[in-house]
Order: sequence, then structure tokens, then C-alpha cells
Amino acid sequence: MTTEILSQKLTNGMVLVGEPTRSLESVAFTFLLPSGCCYDPPQRAGLASLTGEMMLRGAGPRDSRTWISDLENLGVERGESVGVAQATYHGATLKDNLYAGLGLFADLLRRPHLPADQLDAGRNTCLQELRSIDDEPSHKLMIELRRRQYPDPWGRSSHGDGVGLRAATIDDVRRFHEQHYRPENTILSVAGNFDWQRLCDTVEQMFGDWQPGAAREPVTGNGRPTGNYIPFESNQSHVGVAYPTIPYKHPDYFQAWAAVGVLSSGSSSRLFTEVREKRGLCYTVYASLHTQRDRASVLCYAGTTAERAQETLNVTVSELQRLGKGIEHSELSRLKARIKSSLIMQQESTSARSGALGRDWYHLGHARSLDEVGKLVDALSADSINAFLEANPPRDLLVVTLGPEPLELPNGVS
Amino acid sequence: MEFRHHRLENGLEIVAETNDDAHSMSVAFLVRTGSRDEADDVAGVSHFLEHMCFKGTPRRSADDVNREFDEIGAHYNAFTSEECTAYYASVLPEYQEASVDILADILRPSLRPDDFDMEKKVILEEIQMYLDQPPFGMDDRLKQLHMGRHPLARSVLGTSDSVGALTPMQMRTYFDSRYAADNLFVAAAGKVDFDALVEQVAKRCSNWHPQAAKRHVPPAASTPKFEVVHRPTATQQYVLQLADAPSSEDDDRYAAKLLATVIGDDSGSRFYWELVDPGLVETASLGHYEYLGAGMFYTWLSCEPDLVEDNLARIRDILGEVEQSGVTEEELRQAKNKVKARVVLGSERPQNRLFNVGGNWLQRREYRTVADDIQSLDAVTIDQIRIVLKKYPLTVASTVTVGPREDVRGPT
Repeated sequence: MTTEILSQKLTNGMVLVGEPTRSLESVAFTFLLPSGCCYDPPQRAGLASLTGEMMLRGAGPRDSRTWISDLENLGVERGESVGVAQATYHGATLKDNLYAGLGLFADLLRRPHLPADQLDAGRNTCLQELRSIDDEPSHKLMIELRRRQYPDPWGRSSHGDGVGLRAATIDDVRRFHEQHYRPENTILSVAGNFDWQRLCDTVEQMFGDWQPGAAREPVTGNGRPTGNYIPFESNQSHVGVAYPTIPYKHPDYFQAWAAVGVLSSGSSSRLFTEVREKRGLCYTVYASLHTQRDRASVLCYAGTTAERAQETLNVTVSELQRLGKGIEHSELSRLKARIKSSLIMQQESTSARSGALGRDWYHLGHARSLDEVGKLVDALSADSINAFLEANPPRDLLVVTLGPEPLELPNGVS
Repeated sequence: MEFRHHRLENGLEIVAETNDDAHSMSVAFLVRTGSRDEADDVAGVSHFLEHMCFKGTPRRSADDVNREFDEIGAHYNAFTSEECTAYYASVLPEYQEASVDILADILRPSLRPDDFDMEKKVILEEIQMYLDQPPFGMDDRLKQLHMGRHPLARSVLGTSDSVGALTPMQMRTYFDSRYAADNLFVAAAGKVDFDALVEQVAKRCSNWHPQAAKRHVPPAASTPKFEVVHRPTATQQYVLQLADAPSSEDDDRYAAKLLATVIGDDSGSRFYWELVDPGLVETASLGHYEYLGAGMFYTWLSCEPDLVEDNLARIRDILGEVEQSGVTEEELRQAKNKVKARVVLGSERPQNRLFNVGGNWLQRREYRTVADDIQSLDAVTIDQIRIVLKKYPLTVASTVTVGPREDVRGPT
């Protein structure tokens, strides 16, 4: 499992981080760019997503059809997403096609055409994605939970809103690209079968003359919605609970993460056992640690028929309160076994590794090998987690529900 | 990579693709049973039984099953389809025997009435959950519309009524007739110790009885129909379309997969350029699904409700044009490059290989390497695709549209 993580910073500020593994056939790469929806200007909610959509409509010497067919003929599997802080562009391919694939992405990120005559098409795609959220109530609830849990702009949904998307012009899109697709704070992470020196040379050639721009601050001022209940015509009620915790870069992060694991990792975890297995209250229930660079929350979800929603909420909240009283050694040892096998299986996926390397660099300014992560996990003990939980029990719980009827909030919950 | 096979005296087979370079291994018990093997009075029982297998055995309580899987760090789950119920775990190689021990044990569940009643609530919640997501359930409706009373048209989940009425006794009878030694097999992939695997399975499963379970495979007789399902609370309008396609025994299936990629892959396909890229739909795709004795070309689209008629006409035009003129060499080349890369990229994970090895054994009792699949894809010609289009015309399809529109005109 020993691999080496290498990194290099280009003079324009872009970071390249890589983990070569010669035994695999594939290689995967991830670009993380500081181009998320936290930079959506006032009255333009959704501009980051619209820009991301427009980027795929031709770049460099190729129109959109040629760009996509060249990429597909190289066998590059791709994916894009826009988050709050960052936009992510991901690709995976066979080892021989890495450099040609990266060349296509260099065009995409640096030289997109952003054609005016396709703006309406791009806008319609974004508007339809926005509308479709209303057909997925659990997704809609979690968006509303994050909007209430974090200060603006950190709780935003990248889908934006209809007003912002309809108002956006091609000049807005071009300006957004000009200002936010820049090399400083851009991270390219690569994992799989490749030669590090050749990668460095190629990346220097493709991105070395990319000019840095002025530093940009996130845009605030959209306010933060309030209210615990969102009326919705549905069979099920959807229950969301959030509370603040510490982010990935915090030295105690693994204590917090393991505590959430006891709550929700595996079928013997507390939420699954108490809510689903013992009481049959729902099909889906989970809690996960959602981390940004400077803030983090535990987000919990349960979906259940309306008449059992109150009990589901009460049981979920009482489990969160019980977690504050500590965990058992046996719970931690099961969790460690699960983490250990996850780490080893991550080694079998170049896509998972390239994503993890980039995220590490963003949060920590360096990337951890799986060995390092393994040591941090080994160092966890029930005592260390319980000390953390004593000082930081789940508190300031925020409950948001979506469904046909509002629920009563349990004691001590806002 | 090496393929290994062994058959126990009671008919239980064990197949594996062993790979010494892998870091982990995956193992599954695959039962040749699913919704196609159910009768009306037990609709949904295969899927309910899959849940019940995790609720305890004479040796283990439900808590024990969950706890012991977690103790070995297993990534495990189960699923039920029209023709298979699969129980699987991915673990580190040192836990091969422990994972086989739990899997073999839960395949002989206690089916205790108290657990049955509790788990029934969970299934009913699962059904309610899907009812809140407008397009779900419509695939069942579409299959019934297109295939009538054919067994493949049966719903995997069942309905609140059918699941609500099930009794533990009915489940026991179904279990006895389907979970027989010769109606299931063990598949594994990754860093597998095969000789040990055979011993581990034999030790636990040699006393399981064979049953010579039968599966009814009537020819699929389909009639194209059109139906509008009104869901006033839905926001988007959804279109699902089903046409006949090559089955899992049919060598035309590779041509069918490439054809589906050319027309309806989520990127770079005809649907992509004519529907998604211009912003006329949120998503549009066409896939090929293969079953024993029948296959399906499945079209899926979501769009703004007002645009549904135009989009139905566009789909019909795109499919009609392909039927008329076939696909181009360039389109076929691009589809091959894309699908071959997916096959190779996916093959790095033992769990993906497990489902490939298990799927091939389930459907054809054959083993195919990654290289075999690449070769079969490479061999497809545009003439073969033309033959598939002739045998299975895409425009002869049934359609269900669901959403806020009360009335939708079908394409004329």
C-alpha cells in the first residue's frame, strides 16, 4: 500500500499533485477550481452553474461536437459539478490517453467559446435541473436544511433560482469565467499509471502561461431563510436535523468523524439500529459529516410516512443526545474495520484517489497518503472520542421538515 | 486472472475470477429467483424475502448479522431484480471465510413472524418513498402495458396491498421452492483463495437440498400502447418508452448495446445533440436491458410539461431516422471506444468483476474475460446493427408519460 505523493506549484499559483501507481491500467484526474456558487453575484443566483454548463459548448480549436467526440474517442469518462466553493472537472481513462485528455481539458478551462447563440439552450438545461428538485423531496429538504444551517453564502444551492438564471446574460457568463477560472487556487490531482516528470512537463506546457487574476471574495447578502417547516404534498414526511461540528482541517477532525461513524456507518450503527431495525420507522436514515474549509456540520436525514414522522424525529434527536454521552469500545472497533477496508478499496480506484488527493490539498495544503490516514485512524480510541464528545456534544440542533404536516420540535431543539 | 469452477454434489456451483494483484475480494450468493418467478398472490415476496434474510437465522439475531458484517469491515448489500436475488460482500482477503460464513447462514433465515411484521413496515415505507418520486413505479406500469401478463412485467417491489397481505407461511413456501442448492450459486472475484472457498462453501452448504426449481420462460408477445398518467403534484413531465430488444442469450446483444450508446448515451449521442444540448429536455437516454428470453430497449426522458408533445415527436423522428438509415461508421467507432474504455476502467474493482462474472454465469453459464468482451464489441459492424434494427424496430414501442399534464397527444 506504500505509494508516494508528489506535488508541484506552478509560478502562476496552480498546484499539481500526483500519486503514481504503476500496477493499474487507468489514470484519473480532477481539477478543483475556485469557481463555486459562493461567487454568484446578487440577482444572479445560478450563474456559476450556468457558466459550467456553457463551458461544454466548444473550446479552443474545437466546436462542442468535436470536443466531445474527441474526448469520447479517447475513452475519457468525464463528470462536472459545481459546489459552493468550487467547481470540479473530473476525467478517467486508460494510461496512454492521459495527456491527450488533459489537453482537451486545458482548452475547456482556459479557452471555452461560451457562445452567445447557445445561452438559451444552456439556461433551459439549468432551469430544468432546478425544476426537477421539486420531484425529489428528500433532495429538496437537504437543500433547505443547508440553507438554514450555514451563513450566506455557504448554505447556497448551486442550482440558483429562476430569477437569477433568467436574468443572466452571456456577458455575465463570460465575466464569471474571466474572473473565477484562474490558476491561483486551482488544484489538479492525478492518480494511477503515469510518469510524474512527464506529467509536470506537460502541465507546465498546458497551464504555465495561464495568467492569474485578482483575488475574489465570496459574495454575501442573499440572507438566510428561517422556519422549521416546508409544506409539501407528499406521502412521506422528510426530516432533516443539523448541528455544527469541526471541519476537516481541524486537528480533532477524526474524533468528530468517528463519532458520526458510530451514529451512521454500517448497519450496526446507532441510527440504523434504533430507527429502522428496532422500530421499522423508515427505509432511509443517515447522518454524515459535511465539511467545508472553514466550517462543518453533521447533517441527518430520515424519510417516513407522515403519521410516523413525529416518532422518527423524536428517536433521531434522542440518539443525537445519547451520542453526547459517549461511545463504546466495540462500536469503535467495528468502525475501524470498516474504515480500514474502505481505505484499501480506495487504492483500487484511481477516480476515488484523484478526488481524495485534490480535496486533501484544498483543505490542508498537502495530501495524505492512505498510510497516513490509516495511522490517524489507528490512533483513535474510545477515550479520545469520548473526550471530544464531552467537550463538543451534539448541540444547537436545527430541525427542518418537509411534508404534509408540521411536526412538534423536541425539547432543546430549534 | 484465472477462472475457476466447482460443483458440489447437491448441484450448488462455485465460480470465481481470481486476481492475485487485487487488494480486496468480493463474494456473492446469487439465487435464480425474482419477480418473474412470483404468482399474483405473492407479488413482491422475492424482494421482501431478501430483506428477511438479514433478520436473523437459528445461529444469529438480526443484530448479530449487522454487527458481524461490520466487524469484518464488509461493504455488503443485497438486491432483487426480475430474475435474480443477490447477496454480496466486499472484504479484505483475510475475511473471505468470515464473509462466506455470514452469507451462507443468512441464506437459511429463520423468517420469524415478529421480524416479518417489523420488516413489512420498512418495505411499505420503501414503497411510499418511491411514490413521492413521480417517475418511479412507471417502469412497472410500462412493462405491464407493453408485455401484458408476461412474467417479466411483474413488479419487483409489489404494491402496498400485495405486500401488506403477505403471510410468513407464504414466504416460507416460496423460500423452500426457490432457495434450493441447485437454484443458486456462489460467485467471487479479486484476491480469492479458490480452494479454500470451495471448502468453506461445502462445509456450510452441502446439506442444502436440490429442488429442480423451474422457471417459466414464455415468448414475449408485446403490443405497443400509449398511456398518460396524471400526477398533479409532479413538476416535470416524464416519458418512458419500451421496445423489444435482443435477450441475454442472443449474440446480437453487443450490437444492441452499441446501438443504444449511439442513440441514447448520456453524452455525445443523437439524443444528446438533438434533445439535451439544445436545452429541450433535462435528460434523455436509451439503454439496452437483457433478460432470459427477452430484452428491452428503454427510453427515458424528462422535460418541461408543455414541451412533451414536441419531444415525443422528436424521439419518434430520431428513432425513425436510425431505423431508416442505420448508424455511421464514425458513430459506431466512437461508441466502441467509449464502451470499451468503460469496460476496462470498471474492471479494476473486484466488486465490478464480481457482477460481471456472476451476471454471465446467471444468464448463460459462461465465463467471459475483459478481453472477450472487448473482442465482441470490436467485432460489431454497422450491418449487424442494421439487422438488429430490422428485427427490433425501435419505433414499435409502448409509451407511458407521467406528470402534471392531464392529457397528452401521442405522436401521430
